[in-house]
Amino acid sequence: MARITAGVASSHVPAIGVAVDLGKTEDEYWAPLFRGYEFTKQWIVEEKPDVVLLVYNDHASAFGLDMIPTFAIGCGENFKPADEGWGARPVPEVQGCPDLAWHIMQSVIQDDFDLTVVNEMDVDHGLTVPLSLMFGQPEEWPCKVIPLAVNVVVYPPPSGQRCYNLGKALRRAVDSFDEDFNVQIWGTGGMSHQLQGPRAGLINKKWDKEFFDRLVNEPDELAAMPHIDYLREAGSEGVELVMWLVMRGALNRDVKELHRFYHVPASNTAVGHLILENNL
Amino acid sequence: MALDKPYADIPGTTIFDADQARMGYHLNQFCMSLMKVECRERFKSDERVYLDVWPMTEDQRQAVLDRDYNRMIELGGNVYFLAKIFLSDGQSFEQAAAAMTGVTREEYRKMMLSGGRSPEGNRYKREQ
Repeated sequence: MARITAGVASSHVPAIGVAVDLGKTEDEYWAPLFRGYEFTKQWIVEEKPDVVLLVYNDHASAFGLDMIPTFAIGCGENFKPADEGWGARPVPEVQGCPDLAWHIMQSVIQDDFDLTVVNEMDVDHGLTVPLSLMFGQPEEWPCKVIPLAVNVVVYPPPSGQRCYNLGKALRRAVDSFDEDFNVQIWGTGGMSHQLQGPRAGLINKKWDKEFFDRLVNEPDELAAMPHIDYLREAGSEGVELVMWLVMRGALNRDVKELHRFYHVPASNTAVGHLILENNL
Repeated sequence: MALDKPYADIPGTTIFDADQARMGYHLNQFCMSLMKVECRERFKSDERVYLDVWPMTEDQRQAVLDRDYNRMIELGGNVYFLAKIFLSDGQSFEQAAAAMTGVTREEYRKMMLSGGRSPEGNRYKREQ
């Protein structure tokens, strides 16, 4: 049987990808950030996930305004890194896991979550930066990845509650898959940041730290938080944090926190990272 | 019934909602086109000519030519779409954000390195 063994949360700031690609991870500006992922890089080598269910948002790369799926699952064999305006990142192609992805699609839709199926799409920094943070710069990514894209660009994104409940449905789907896969679920984006207008640069450390605590200890209550709180307190782009709730919903009520890291800034953003072990 | 916009009282912030997405449709789709090398080259060779291909308003075209990102956002642009413009100009999100807040890149970076813009006094328009 497949099982979800751990949840990982991480920001996916594009500048982090640039720092990796240009060999700047030891620079004074970037070194403190990458140190926060050292534990994870060791841990994940030992964990050897077969598949990562990677919850992220597309940033007007695969989805423009012509199609705006609220939840989309990548069921294809592979996904190329997107050209976001300066050429594609020099990272390996992402290998999908169609067997599990199609199984999840069928299970979750029958569980009342109407996912959009995507077979062809390029994946942008939202998906590839977390892979770089956890795995560094390998020739090939060491596991398969199922992209799960959440619209957080066009308002309204799905509610925190909806994201949390989707996580629970994903858990049921993975649990009912016959193959013996070690599956991790990653929730990416956040933490507080605003990229637009005169309020750009907003960072709310106190709020971010509370978000960490509540995500770990009282996710049911946190899921009820309305969008306006994210927008006002964590910035217009901070609303990405609803995606962490998809990850949290797929884990047990009680989890073991293995690692937590928080750093300001990466470009415009507060970087947050968390590993939660699902005690099975 | 008008759309409920509880976020309208957040200062210095434009939420990319249904009204904005509709107003900015062609502006944003123009931005999407810049993900293709050949479109970037066409745009770079004559910005005005390339912009005229897209059924945008004249105000939107002018804002692009001026690289006035706050104005583009006001006219329905969204930062992730507008990023295709500044990234193809060789600029980063940090540089674009600095421009939108009216400070130099160095000043902006200094603010971020000292913890970013505080939420204090920045939650409601009435606080400004």
